[in-house]
Amino acid sequence: MAEGVRPRVKVPRSASAGDAITIKTLISHPMESGQRKDSDGNTIPRSIINRFTCEFNGESVVDVKMEPAISTNPYFEFEATVPEAGEFKFTWYDDDGSVYEETKAIEVG
Amino acid sequence: MKTRTMTVAAALFALSAPALTAGGADDDNLTINGNIEMTTKAEPAAHLDGALPEVISGWHFRSDETQELEMDDFDNPGMIFVDQAREAWNTAEGSEGKSCADCHNEPESMAGVRTVYPKWNEEAGEVRTIQMQMNDCRENRMGAEPWKYDASAAINMEALISSVSRGMPMDVATDGPAQETWEQGKEIYYTRYGKLELACASCHELNYGNYIRADHLSQGHTNGFPTYRLKNAKLNGQHSRFKGCVRDTRAETFSPGSPEFVALELYVASRGNGLSVEGPSVRN
Repeated sequence: MAEGVRPRVKVPRSASAGDAITIKTLISHPMESGQRKDSDGNTIPRSIINRFTCEFNGESVVDVKMEPAISTNPYFEFEATVPEAGEFKFTWYDDDGSVYEETKAIEVG
Repeated sequence: MKTRTMTVAAALFALSAPALTAGGADDDNLTINGNIEMTTKAEPAAHLDGALPEVISGWHFRSDETQELEMDDFDNPGMIFVDQAREAWNTAEGSEGKSCADCHNEPESMAGVRTVYPKWNEEAGEVRTIQMQMNDCRENRMGAEPWKYDASAAINMEALISSVSRGMPMDVATDGPAQETWEQGKEIYYTRYGKLELACASCHELNYGNYIRADHLSQGHTNGFPTYRLKNAKLNGQHSRFKGCVRDTRAETFSPGSPEFVALELYVASRGNGLSVEGPSVRN
């Protein structure tokens, strides 16, 4: 089980309807590739975040399949158009079955 | 580039004339989170005696992309480790059941500490780095095991202490009881080590702005430590960095935490007096 995993998200508090806003996300995670060996020559088992999704009011914004070559503490920056006030929901899926979630509300004004 | 203070013009110039700008210090301005104005170029301290015409932070020697990472705490990967240290700050350890917070309250109470270290400790009769002082707390106040020098827990805590001093000018004392140690550090700085016979000064005083293999040489100031390096995706301590440099001269190195490196840390810090504390900075 990965330790010290902590999701972080940066979303503006408010936006104008129809505006594209920039969203930044980062999750601290070792992203162990499964290719490395420890000092005794044993393979260190793979442990990565394998999927990341962002939804806005239930509608998918991005859905990313992630692979072992992605480096530690994966960071995603993307834009989203905000048609109305609502809530962004971010979800990270870990190889070990853990699911990390974060939500951010945004106002339209 | 939307919210960044670097101008489009500067970026275009860098693209159109890479040969002119490659390696040297640029003229960008560093503001962190849009509100901490940083001094990244300063008048040299008197003791430098003309060795450097201007004291320049290593930030200026990095590419725009690397520079931008330091301009926002969300983008700065070093802040992940600061957050981890913030948790450790509030966690009781050792036989006394105390945490850092029990004596020092909020980490913000440490503002300014980073600027004056390494510093003479009268009681101990020695110059101490922040890590030595932290271990003093751990052993004598908390009854906890001291951290190994430059161990990740220690580096992270140093980064937390540094982060609350960002924007304040480095101001270590070179005189008084610290002078002897400072002189020792100066001697190490100018001593050629290893099969390549390189002194710190060979690269960081005589050749900053030039390439060393594929990398740019900075003036080697320590105001940005602990430093998040893109090459190893973690925070790096000053002594580990010193060790890496000495190793690259193909010499037997001093150990992190050794009196030699403590002296060198003091001397190198004094060369950067006047520069803002940047730690945790981002470098490649």
